[in-house]
This record gives sequence, C-alpha cells and structure tokens, in this order.
Amino acid sequence: MTGIDDPRASGTEGYNFAYLDEATKRMIRRAILKAVAIPGHQIPFGAREMPLPYGWGTGGIQVTAAILGPADVLKVIDQGADDTTNAISIRRFFTRVAGVATTESTAEASIIQTRHRIPEKALREDQVIVYQVPQPEPLSKLEPRRAETERLHALADYGLMHVRLYEDIARLGHIAKAYDYPVMVNGRYLMSPSPIPAFDNPKMDRMPALQLFGAGREKRIYAIPPYTPVRSLDFEDHPFRPIRAPHACALCGSTESYLDEVLTDDAGGRMFVCSDTDYCGERQVAVAQEAAE
Amino acid sequence: MTPLSPGFADPVLDAQACFRAVLEAMSRPGRVVVAGAALRPPAPLCRAAAAVLLTLADADTPLWSDAGANAEAWLRFHCGAAFVTAPDHAAFVLATGTPPALDALQPGSEEQPQRGATLVVQVASLGAGHGWRLTGPGIEHEHRLAVTGAPGGFLAAWAMNRARFPRGVDVVLCAEDRLAALPRTVAIQEG
Repeated sequence: MTGIDDPRASGTEGYNFAYLDEATKRMIRRAILKAVAIPGHQIPFGAREMPLPYGWGTGGIQVTAAILGPADVLKVIDQGADDTTNAISIRRFFTRVAGVATTESTAEASIIQTRHRIPEKALREDQVIVYQVPQPEPLSKLEPRRAETERLHALADYGLMHVRLYEDIARLGHIAKAYDYPVMVNGRYLMSPSPIPAFDNPKMDRMPALQLFGAGREKRIYAIPPYTPVRSLDFEDHPFRPIRAPHACALCGSTESYLDEVLTDDAGGRMFVCSDTDYCGERQVAVAQEAAE
Repeated sequence: MTPLSPGFADPVLDAQACFRAVLEAMSRPGRVVVAGAALRPPAPLCRAAAAVLLTLADADTPLWSDAGANAEAWLRFHCGAAFVTAPDHAAFVLATGTPPALDALQPGSEEQPQRGATLVVQVASLGAGHGWRLTGPGIEHEHRLAVTGAPGGFLAAWAMNRARFPRGVDVVLCAEDRLAALPRTVAIQEG
C-alpha cells in the first residue's frame, strides 16, 4: 500500500467519490435545489458526522461534497487566506477523497469554499461559492426558540432585528455590527450572510455566481441564486456603510481591499495587510513587474 | 415482461453531472441544459426526466407518476422510490401527459415551504432565445424560453403558484435529453 498522503495513490479507494454516500448526497442535493427555489430560506438537512469537528466547516464541506465533480477546480479560503490550517485541511480532504484539482487562484476555481470572506476579485457565472456557516439563524440571539424564529420568517416579521439595530444607533450613534451583518434576500427573507465582514455584504448583491450556505452543527442549508437582490438592513437616516480600516495594504498598497491588522512584535508594532492572500499576491507581482519596466 | 434497461452507467458521476445540470437550470431559470443523454428509459419516459428522477428520487421521496407500468417498474428498480396514488402526497410528480393542476400538488407550509413538490413535466420541445419572457432571481435581465406542448392554461396557473410564495411548486420541464427549470420565484410573461 502506498502512503495515504499521496493523493493519486489513495484517490477514492475505500471511500465513495467525495466521501459522502449517494443517499446522503441526494438528500443534500434536494435541499440545495429547494434552497435555490426559495432564496434566503433555511432548509433543514440531515448533516452527517464528518472527519472534522463542528466549527471547522462541516456544513460547507457537505455542500461542496454534494456538488463537486471530477472536472471541478476547488479553492478553499479561511478568512481570505489560502494557506491557513482550515483551508489546507479541507483542500487536502477533497484531494484525497475526490481527487479533484485545487487552486489558490480565484480566477481558476470553479468552486470556492469560504470561511468568513468573499474574494476581492468579482466572481463569474461559471463559479459557485460555498460559505461555511456557524449560525444560520439571524434572529438566534434575539429569539432562541427555533419554532418561534420559523414563525417569524413565515410572517416576514423582522421587527426584532430592526429594534436591535436601532438600539445600537440610540446607544452608540451608529450600527455597531462589523460582521455577520443581516441582509434581506430578494426582499423577502432575513438572512445571515455568515460571519463575513460587513465590508463584503455589497458583493452578495446581484452576484453572477451561485451562492450556497452550509451549517453543519445547526443542520441548515440556504442559498442565493445569481443576480438576486441582497440588501443590508439599514434605516433611511442611517444607511448601511461597509467598514474598512483606513490604511493601504503594507504589502501590495491596495486601498480598496479588506485589511487584517497583524501584530509584528510585543512593542506595539503592527501592520495592515490584505486579508485576501490571492488578491494581494497577484497585486504584488503586478507592482514588481511595473517597477521592473 | 420486457427486461429493464440500465440506469446510469456510472451511478456516482453521472448523478453528479445530472445534478449540476439541474442546479444550473434551477439557478438560472429558462436556461436549457442537457441531462441523461446516454439513458434509454422505457417509453413514455424521456431521457431528461429519467435522469432527474435517478438523480434526486429515492425511498425518502414519495413519487406520483402517470407514466404507466413499464416506466414505474424502471423507476422503482433504479430509484427505489415509493409510488403514491394521490398527487398531493408526492415530493416528486412525474407527468408524461397532462399533469395534475399545480394547486392540486403539495405546496408546503408558510413555515416549511421546502416541502412544496417538484413537478417534472414532459413537453414536446424546449428552446432558448425566444418564447416566454422570464424574470426573477437567477436572471440578470430576462431569459427567453420557448416551450411547445406546455400544459393547457399553464401560465395562468403559474401566476397563481407564484403569488403564494414562499409556498408553491417548482417545475422541471423536460424534452428528450434537455431540461429547463422554473423555481417558484420566476415570473413568466407570454413572449
């Protein structure tokens, strides 16, 4: 037997293609199709135990496993980065159980599984983005009873969330929600965009790519079809404002991308760099080329 | 009894390819995609409708069909699906002839609209670029879909189906090895 770390040697041997059995895939696929037909509505599904713990993207992994085919090219990002533990683990998982090609380039990927970011580069019609979702219910912190939140969604009664945002304005003068900022999908369902920064919310609006969301522990799947209106909740006199650190990236100089603050020593040293590593890397190459010419 | 023709040659990868085709069709209503081109299902079942059911139906999804004994035996063997006699108890409704009225199918509830049925209906032909004008989620401006052999009074019934959103029925139109989907959100105007 060859080493299990060799993707060509292990391939799908001993496992079904993409790990899940076919009955599970059918169940997830039916949920995905209904999710697309009812944009923003959470569909319960029978989430399986995966070889990663809850909180590591089991919902996203199951959605990816149900849609993935041998011709797909998979990109996985964790907080925008291709080279963090979670992203590498999930890429290696699918290399081993499905033998698919992986990439760090946003442009080359056909499926992008993401934890908490949307790539800076605009996505295309032939791409699918799969979000890992810890808490799919946007009202969960306001109304813990699942039966009650289901009823609120049925009635499209989202007053609770408006009050929650209003209380921020009354206390702080602005809406102090920097991530997981609630959105209305197609004017009907209140939806959690997953803990992406509010900066990324406008990218969801009328995105050409299909957006799928998987929550493993909470066992919910939801979706936004392409070109669907997605509006961040706000008030006429307090319009939604995406927040970005007022700096340029220390590595590529971008003044448009979302930035991470990185501590560099224990003497207060810090730098701001792009959270999207692929975007930053491409820009650094472009800047170096310009300088060389 | 005639011997059963085979299902998917590769049950795993063929089902995956068909699912992606259906997902593309459902995400971009009115786009015509190819599914099940290599299948040889028994008449009157067409290849696309057969592929959709092989991909999505199983013992968990009650199925209603008007396709007759041969097609039902084929589906029962390959999908393991349980047939029901009342269309409003079915998760998947297969219509090779005149389908049951849309409002006679399971629409789900306001709280669980995902329980709404999926109607797989065979039509004479499907073409893109002319015909009905489709707008709604999944469509940038408008998609055109030409359907010949659509059930009588379909557009009026569809307008009523759409009006009860989030409840409702989703439709997959199939002709030979081509299919197009109509999720309950899509608005259709005569071309």
